Amino acid sequence: MTVETGAERQDIEPQESHARRWRGLGWGFVAKLLMMALVNALGLSLILSALNVEAWGILVASTVLLVIADLVYFMRRTLPLKYILPGLVFLFVFQVFTLGYTGYVAFTNYGTGHAGSMEQAVDAALIQDERRVEDSPSYPLAIVQSDGELGFAVTDSEGFVLVGTEEDALEAVDGASVDESGTPTEVPGWEIVPRSELFADQDLQQQVVDLRVPVSDEAVDGSIRTRDGLSGAIYTSSLEWDEDALTLTDTETGTVYRASDTGNFVADDGSTLPAGWVVTVGFDNFVRAVTDATLAGPLLKVTAWTFVFAILTVLTSFGLGLLFAIIYNDPRIRARRSLRTLFILPYAFPAFMSALLWRGMFNREFGIINDWFFFGADINWLGDPFLAKVVILWVNLWLSYPYWFLVCTGALQALPGETMEAARIDGAGRWRQFRSITLPLLMVSTAPLAIASFAFNFNNFTIIYMLTEGGPPFPGTSGLGSTDILISAIYNISGVAGGAADYGLASALSIVVFVIVGIISAIAFRQTRKLEEIQ
Amino acid sequence: MRKQIGMGAAFVATAALLAACSSDPEPAETPSAEAETSETAEAPSGEGAELVVWTDAEREEALATAAEQFEADTGATVTLVQKNFEDLRNDFIAQVPTGEGPDITVGAHDWLGALIEAGVVNTLDIGEKAADFQEVALDAMTYDGQLYGLPYSTEAIALIQNADLVGDTAPTTWEEMIQMSVDAGFEDRPFILFTNGTSGDGYSAYPLQTSFGAPVFVQDESGSYTTEVGMGGEAGEAFAQFLYDNGADGTGYFTDTIDYDTSNELFSSGESPFILQGPWMPFFDGGDMNLVVSPMVTAGGEPAAPFVGVQGFYLSSQSDNALLANDFLVNYMATEDAQRTLYEADPRVPALTALAEEVSTDPVTAGFVESAALGVPMPSIPEMGNVWEIWNAAEIQLITGSADDPAATWNDMVSELEASIG
Repeated sequence: MTVETGAERQDIEPQESHARRWRGLGWGFVAKLLMMALVNALGLSLILSALNVEAWGILVASTVLLVIADLVYFMRRTLPLKYILPGLVFLFVFQVFTLGYTGYVAFTNYGTGHAGSMEQAVDAALIQDERRVEDSPSYPLAIVQSDGELGFAVTDSEGFVLVGTEEDALEAVDGASVDESGTPTEVPGWEIVPRSELFADQDLQQQVVDLRVPVSDEAVDGSIRTRDGLSGAIYTSSLEWDEDALTLTDTETGTVYRASDTGNFVADDGSTLPAGWVVTVGFDNFVRAVTDATLAGPLLKVTAWTFVFAILTVLTSFGLGLLFAIIYNDPRIRARRSLRTLFILPYAFPAFMSALLWRGMFNREFGIINDWFFFGADINWLGDPFLAKVVILWVNLWLSYPYWFLVCTGALQALPGETMEAARIDGAGRWRQFRSITLPLLMVSTAPLAIASFAFNFNNFTIIYMLTEGGPPFPGTSGLGSTDILISAIYNISGVAGGAADYGLASALSIVVFVIVGIISAIAFRQTRKLEEIQ
Repeated sequence: MRKQIGMGAAFVATAALLAACSSDPEPAETPSAEAETSETAEAPSGEGAELVVWTDAEREEALATAAEQFEADTGATVTLVQKNFEDLRNDFIAQVPTGEGPDITVGAHDWLGALIEAGVVNTLDIGEKAADFQEVALDAMTYDGQLYGLPYSTEAIALIQNADLVGDTAPTTWEEMIQMSVDAGFEDRPFILFTNGTSGDGYSAYPLQTSFGAPVFVQDESGSYTTEVGMGGEAGEAFAQFLYDNGADGTGYFTDTIDYDTSNELFSSGESPFILQGPWMPFFDGGDMNLVVSPMVTAGGEPAAPFVGVQGFYLSSQSDNALLANDFLVNYMATEDAQRTLYEADPRVPALTALAEEVSTDPVTAGFVESAALGVPMPSIPEMGNVWEIWNAAEIQLITGSADDPAATWNDMVSELEASIG
């Protein structure tokens, strides 16, 4: 019965789920209840800790997910969803979110010089601008309070205790007492704030850190600040922040730094303050990758080599693996099983270890490749742009042919014997058999794997980084090299290793790579469907 | 009353304080000894407060020891978070703005430019304690005239010689050193220059470069580097010629085959008597080699000044416990005891002058201290990553002989640098 109408379906009582069944002992339901209790406990603890550290994004996401999970598992109508929900959650958390976030970063200027908010950039500018008055001594200091107003009490070099607040400049007070180190212990009219109170209350601590007590009524004299709550010194600051106009003004030189669209404070003469903030920059990052003269040229070469690398790696390793698979599939060979096991060895080693070993073996002067196989010739394997590419392909071939050997051996053994026999009877030679029967049938099962292998090698960072680090470098300032593939070039450009990171540009390029791999895979998978028609 | 304004900031400061006293008050009474109870009676004051400090594995134990005293004195908790040293910089830049960063992190001084651009690091004021530190260490942690970190160690490369092969007299010129090697039968490889394989390493070749009078950036009067490229001109060309003459197309002393493992292997197995390297090399650990460490020989006539690297502690600009963190850094970590603990856990030359002298009784350490004394801190501008790449690439081309015109190659590199720094 292949056709099922709706009317018929109604007649059939759907089988009740074990997890819902009340009949009998109801163990299924109990088990579900326990599992869901666990899920809820986990979710609640996540929500509470997110609340605790004020991570609102995580809070909302985990609340929504928890509610959905409870609905799905306790409502009758959502029965089918319960099978796919765990998978969907993982897809959402680990794929969609990562992809979305990378997409978001690609449209910002997030990087070393643009790491936080504008508020934080202003903080940084003010911090970097405030300087201790040269030769200002350190004064023993106590934090004092009166009617909720905070102030500093300091002892000057002659033993006078002076008190001041943010509004009122320092003024001497009578009748104060100090301890041996000179710290005021008693100030008439003021209550000393003990350090314990200070450390226990972060808001108070912040107020003390932010408090500047002017030394005199003249602002140029500077003001007392404390960094540790024990001593104070005189500081001056020349930058002034205007919250409404979004400008920082240097009161000494009169220079006005304005907040620009690019996330920097820029003066009229073009000079900028060091710290910037994150802003969205639209398609700038994508445009830069293709128009920046120092980047565009090398990136084009890198892209071409990435394709060459990925395609040649798949072709060579597939070819070699298939060749060995056919040879070692011949029943006349003894000890096939043990030999096959040995073939897997390169595949079993960690790839980065193998790459490092090969790097040493290809050393021009001390490596055994030159010493043993080229009679001590001085061949610059890793320093020559062409040879370095050959080395990369060779090592990757060594690393990946065992995989194809495995796959092809399995596929060969699954080929229908009668088809081969029919071909033989029809008088097909060995080559004809291979070309017209074996290979097409093999491709049906291996082509999707070849596409996956292409996508993997397209982003095979490990081998490039461990073997050549992308070198030898292109001439010029791009920082890229002859063996860089797109993903290692992105790593270089992002500057994570160098200090001046540009995550925005790196994310934009990652998305381009993602799109390329996606399109190629889609086309290739479409093509493989034609292969299936052979069967 | 206050006519003195403008006559020097210090004078103003003092004058202002005096002015405030002009109402002629009594000086505060200093309590008698019996009344003095505050030191002993003071309860731990930081109860419940928590300081988060990022550190790498090597310093974790030393920090834990130093933190114990602080915890006992203040009642605050110090939480140490261990990370890979290489990850600290980027994690700090990424996490401080989100509020998830630590209060304090361990770090290298050449991160400073990036940290400042990212706005994640706070200034530090160690007051009178500054006098106790080596000047080079404070200079390294200073950016645009402001101190940003508490230094604790300095390091620099120096000439290491195998005394069993060439005797224990340290050479002073390039010719002298080569002669010593050749006399001892090492004409193939009289000296090992680390090139990080085929990548090139401007850092290791730098003492040779400065001996030609070609510092990477022009130095200001205090000796610190500006951002004006200083290695062009005749001096730079002479150094380029020197590299070329000793590379594959010349004597062959320099090759692009020396990476970390190779250099360690060649030197420790006695294949070559001289190497220009730092105190981190594994062959120091065995202690069975008879080694002499001295400042690098001069090849161009001027002193061979290495880059000095400084490590220290940075304070987050977004710390919620700024007072406590400052207290910890200035009043605990800047003390001789704490710095000695750090030295014992991970022997790098201490930044405190007194301690550095103390550990210089060891001749090997003394050699590195002497070499570092010639040097200036490695530049910490954020563009350094780019500078290294361009610089290394040019040097390796000269060494392999793939560039035929040393002066032209060098000058191209200099103009590329100027373009990339902008």
